[in-house]
Amino acid sequence: MRRRLATRALAALGVLCLALGTVAMTVARPDASHAQPPADPRHGRDLFVGGCSSCHGLDARGIPHRGPNLRGVGALSADFYLRTGRMPLAHPDDEPIRAHSVYSAADQADMVAYIGGFGGPAIPSVNAAAGNVAEGKQLFTDNCAGCHQVVGQGGIVTPNAIAPSLENEVQPVDVAEAVRIGPYVMPVFSDRQLTRSQVDDLARYVQHIQDLPNDGGWGIGNIGPIPEGLVLWGLGIGVLVLVARIVGERTTS
Amino acid sequence: MNLLGRLLALWAIWRRVLRGDPQPLAEDPDPRERELPESERAELLAAIGLLASAGLAIAFIVLYVVYPNTPLLGATAGLSLVSLAFALMFASVRVVPQVTEVEERSLLDHGEQEHREIADEVRAGGEGISRRGLLVGAGAVCGGCVGAAALVPVASLGPRIGGRLASSPWRAGRLLVDEDDRPITADRLAVGGLVTAFPQGADKSDLGASVVVVRVDPGDLRPSPRRRGWSPRGYVAYSKICTHAGCAVSEFRSPESPTTTASGPALVCPCHYSTFDVTRGAKVVFGPAGRPLPQLPLRIDARGRLRAAGGLSDKPGPAWWGEGGPRA
Repeated sequence: MRRRLATRALAALGVLCLALGTVAMTVARPDASHAQPPADPRHGRDLFVGGCSSCHGLDARGIPHRGPNLRGVGALSADFYLRTGRMPLAHPDDEPIRAHSVYSAADQADMVAYIGGFGGPAIPSVNAAAGNVAEGKQLFTDNCAGCHQVVGQGGIVTPNAIAPSLENEVQPVDVAEAVRIGPYVMPVFSDRQLTRSQVDDLARYVQHIQDLPNDGGWGIGNIGPIPEGLVLWGLGIGVLVLVARIVGERTTS
Repeated sequence: MNLLGRLLALWAIWRRVLRGDPQPLAEDPDPRERELPESERAELLAAIGLLASAGLAIAFIVLYVVYPNTPLLGATAGLSLVSLAFALMFASVRVVPQVTEVEERSLLDHGEQEHREIADEVRAGGEGISRRGLLVGAGAVCGGCVGAAALVPVASLGPRIGGRLASSPWRAGRLLVDEDDRPITADRLAVGGLVTAFPQGADKSDLGASVVVVRVDPGDLRPSPRRRGWSPRGYVAYSKICTHAGCAVSEFRSPESPTTTASGPALVCPCHYSTFDVTRGAKVVFGPAGRPLPQLPLRIDARGRLRAAGGLSDKPGPAWWGEGGPRA
């Protein structure tokens, strides 16, 4: 009896230790990238020469009419374009769109270290959890919804570009990077225009729209009042037809 | 076809079950022995409906003159028509006697006697209505008020509108502020940024008030000789109201890399994709707009804030008669 009790106590202690250990590890390493070995810019350069230099040049200074100078764009831009799979592009005239990256996370870190080594802004830190979703929606409506629509559905920018949908796979850090870069034809937002805490709010809102609840049961594409109005008209005409039928009924007395 | 036949059969069965067999007309001894409905209350209700409609139409007129708020105007006009409709439907069902008349065919030649009988009969058609005066009065009041409500907006048309269209609150020296009334400083935007601005202290909903300020590389600007110096440090401001249909021009395509994007920085209206080249005085490069966005000349004051250096270069707002085409 006593032995079984002791066994149980030990097992419970073991479970407790495991749980505490996991918590401690999680707290000690908030970002998974810290677990990786330090990035190797030399390996990054090798990858750059192999995958990027045909447009950006062997020295990353860019080639006219093919690709821009990457000296000074910083780790921020390199991280955004590589991690979201927007680079490398198949053709320099294509619009970079989100894709699965052809590089592993470690290779991406090496290339980011290589480009970041030329100077420029670092990868921004963003804390979406500290953001306010209501503030974020206001900021998104004012600054982003013109192209991306209010729930991040995406849209068209003439003559030949799309504002991508933000409804899937968008990480908070993507938002923080994109507002500073202005990728492809997006405008740039300086930190005087959108402060870091406002970027937190925006990131929180974009996180919120990743999994938007449709309390009405049917989002109708979430693209705003026009389809909703069309549906309402459809239903309304049905009701009107019904009313007309009842009103027009011949009363036999 | 088969399905349609079945549906029709179902419909027929449903009607039979719900209504029973149609009564043969022979059971009705004489349709002329009409039973007049209890009409006094019904007439009162119809009159109330008409007067309510009139009252709402008056409310519409008063609101239109005093406080033109679109939802309220819509609600009063809509409710006025709805109560008019209910009054008419109610009157047609409850006030006017519902009887089935059978007209027997006879010779085409009617004698004097028959003429009189027909006249009597027609006169008798209204005998169920006891408060004719009330109903006619209510109908006249209602018709007058609804008609007036429909006519009042005509007062907003007319030649005197011209001055209002051209006016804008922008004057030389006016400070540019954002939607929170904070002045816009020259370090606010990075190249490729945009912000919506208003004249300090003006009504932000004024058609001529809102402008969109963008910052481009000063080397990219190709202004006409008259507009040189209107865009210090690459800051350019244009009216935010599209010259096509009056939408807010809210998209700014700002190519990150000029080497790979063929077309330069442009403002795009999201409604019909009118596209305005910001480096060449908002020249229309795509879409239905007929003339460029009016430009606001800018200067930067000693404290680094953006100020207007004059009024808008043209009338702000959408195209209308005589204002749609390109102007010199």
